[in-house]
Amino acid sequence: MITPSHYLILSAVLFAIGIIGVMVRRNIIIILMSIELILNAVNINLVAFSAQLQNAVGQVFALFVICVAAAEAAVGLGIILAFFRNKETINIDEMNLMRW
Amino acid sequence: MIDLLVIPLIKIVFVLTGVLITVMYLVLLERKVQAWVQSRLGPMRVGPHGVLQPVADVLKLFVKEDITPVRVDVWVYTAAPIIVLVPALIAFAVIPFGGEVHLFGKTISLRIADINVGLLYITAVASIGVYGIILAGWSSNSKYPLLAGLRSSAQLISYEVAVTLTLVSVILTAGTLSMVGIVEAQAASRVWFAFVQPLALVIYVIAGLAETNRSPFDLPEAEQELVGGFHTEYSGMRFALFFLAEYTNMIIVSAVATTLFFGGWLRPFPNVAWLWWLDYVPSWIWFTVKTFLVLYLFLWIRATLPRYRYDQLMRIGWKVLIPLALANIVVTGIVKVLL
Amino acid sequence: MAQAIAFYTLSALILGFAVLVITARSSVHSVLFLVVDFLFVAALYVLLGAQFVAIIQVIVYAGGIVVLYLFVVMLVNLKRPPEAHRDKRRLARLGAALAVVVLVEIVAIAFYGYVGPSPVEAAPGALATGNVEQVGMMLYTDYLVPFEVASMLLLVAMVGAIVLTRRNL
Repeated sequence: MITPSHYLILSAVLFAIGIIGVMVRRNIIIILMSIELILNAVNINLVAFSAQLQNAVGQVFALFVICVAAAEAAVGLGIILAFFRNKETINIDEMNLMRW
Repeated sequence: MIDLLVIPLIKIVFVLTGVLITVMYLVLLERKVQAWVQSRLGPMRVGPHGVLQPVADVLKLFVKEDITPVRVDVWVYTAAPIIVLVPALIAFAVIPFGGEVHLFGKTISLRIADINVGLLYITAVASIGVYGIILAGWSSNSKYPLLAGLRSSAQLISYEVAVTLTLVSVILTAGTLSMVGIVEAQAASRVWFAFVQPLALVIYVIAGLAETNRSPFDLPEAEQELVGGFHTEYSGMRFALFFLAEYTNMIIVSAVATTLFFGGWLRPFPNVAWLWWLDYVPSWIWFTVKTFLVLYLFLWIRATLPRYRYDQLMRIGWKVLIPLALANIVVTGIVKVLL
Repeated sequence: MAQAIAFYTLSALILGFAVLVITARSSVHSVLFLVVDFLFVAALYVLLGAQFVAIIQVIVYAGGIVVLYLFVVMLVNLKRPPEAHRDKRRLARLGAALAVVVLVEIVAIAFYGYVGPSPVEAAPGALATGNVEQVGMMLYTDYLVPFEVASMLLLVAMVGAIVLTRRNL
């Protein structure tokens, strides 16, 4: 019997994996992809509750989260490309232009 | 048990075999049609009038040496042709080949699956097929394939938007996302959607040509340009998979155009009384004939039109087709509300 | 029973590929593992009866956003591996430990704070209208304003991305 707790645990572990990815990796594109993992964990949560309460609001909210993730990915990758043109690096430890 | 497992498996075997044989003979048909347009005869040697040419082609591709260049990313290099071919084949799962037939005391519907988001499913697998092209170009570890792969995939994702917008206007007219539902809506309204949505049909055919990398939008894989495009470094069976995938995509685009605009498996002129004898033609034959007519249109266009330059291609996709498709949706919405 | 097998298989695959995303050496492999991860999440949504969200996940997330990531990874293809420089002040192990603490907290909340477990099942047959119709009705009646605001957001993001990446500002 699969209860909502199962889906909550799954999304919690996926969330934690995303956070580890953000903390540990230095490649900024991998960091952005870990943020996408975090957003997916939240989506799984929303859709699981929507199925339990038999109300489609959770799925509507999940659609909005996907839409916001698309906007954030586009702008974030634009910033990375613009930065990469100035300083040839995607290592986040080297992206410290503000202090010289 | 039988209904759940065995019958779909049999249908899948039928569809896959049919598709693969059709693709083989589509290659021959293309060479023949191009030849006849150009006042020559095409392949004539192998078998009577070249009918066994596909068999010779398949044998050649099977026994060719499998060359893997050094310093390629082996996993991605091997996976790329598979990633291009599999979405093209699994899109056949929702295409309705016909109505219902009665065999061995059972009513078998001539489609593998009728899901309630059928049309979106085809869009989804098309967007997965883009990965194979990018990865093929990147994993070949060579400049020309990388550039060609990026160009080709940029073209694909641009025209995907135009295709999806035309599908939206058809969905608005039919009121359902399921492929079977759309054909039944055409049956109920007694008119094919080609006459209700002519602009959507034109945009769909043009964007479908660009989606499958066919002439006149085949710059990324033309021989005179970037050597061989994204499949330069592929030979033998791997190249055969890319080839198969391109023609399978063509068949998918034609089959979807038939289902959406030309009435799927319905017979033409259902209102005309003295054509009653057309009712005896099986539904899947109507579907096949209509699909082949659309395929012939694709082959005809290849033999006739010159190729677009890449910037012209992108301009058409973004600045012409997408605004037209959006305007079509708005007009369809207004007409649906007023009528 | 079949649902349990499906759920456990899908969760194992989702979590396995997520770990591979954050630990792969090459960025392109990371992106590929992310695509497969998203496809399995879409399968999980189908298991939960949310077919529309599943298809949108495949079209938009796996087929749009991650293609964007793949393009950028190929455009910043570097000779020198990006992780060569390491900042001395970085405390990566502390970060990983904090992430584990967050995980333990959330699992504790899930177990102790949850009242009345009820079975979660995909019940498409029980509903009068299909899943797509339900989501569509709700999106266009109750949540119309967020829908329009989301389209504004996407417009702003599109303009922003184009402005950020132009060569001659």
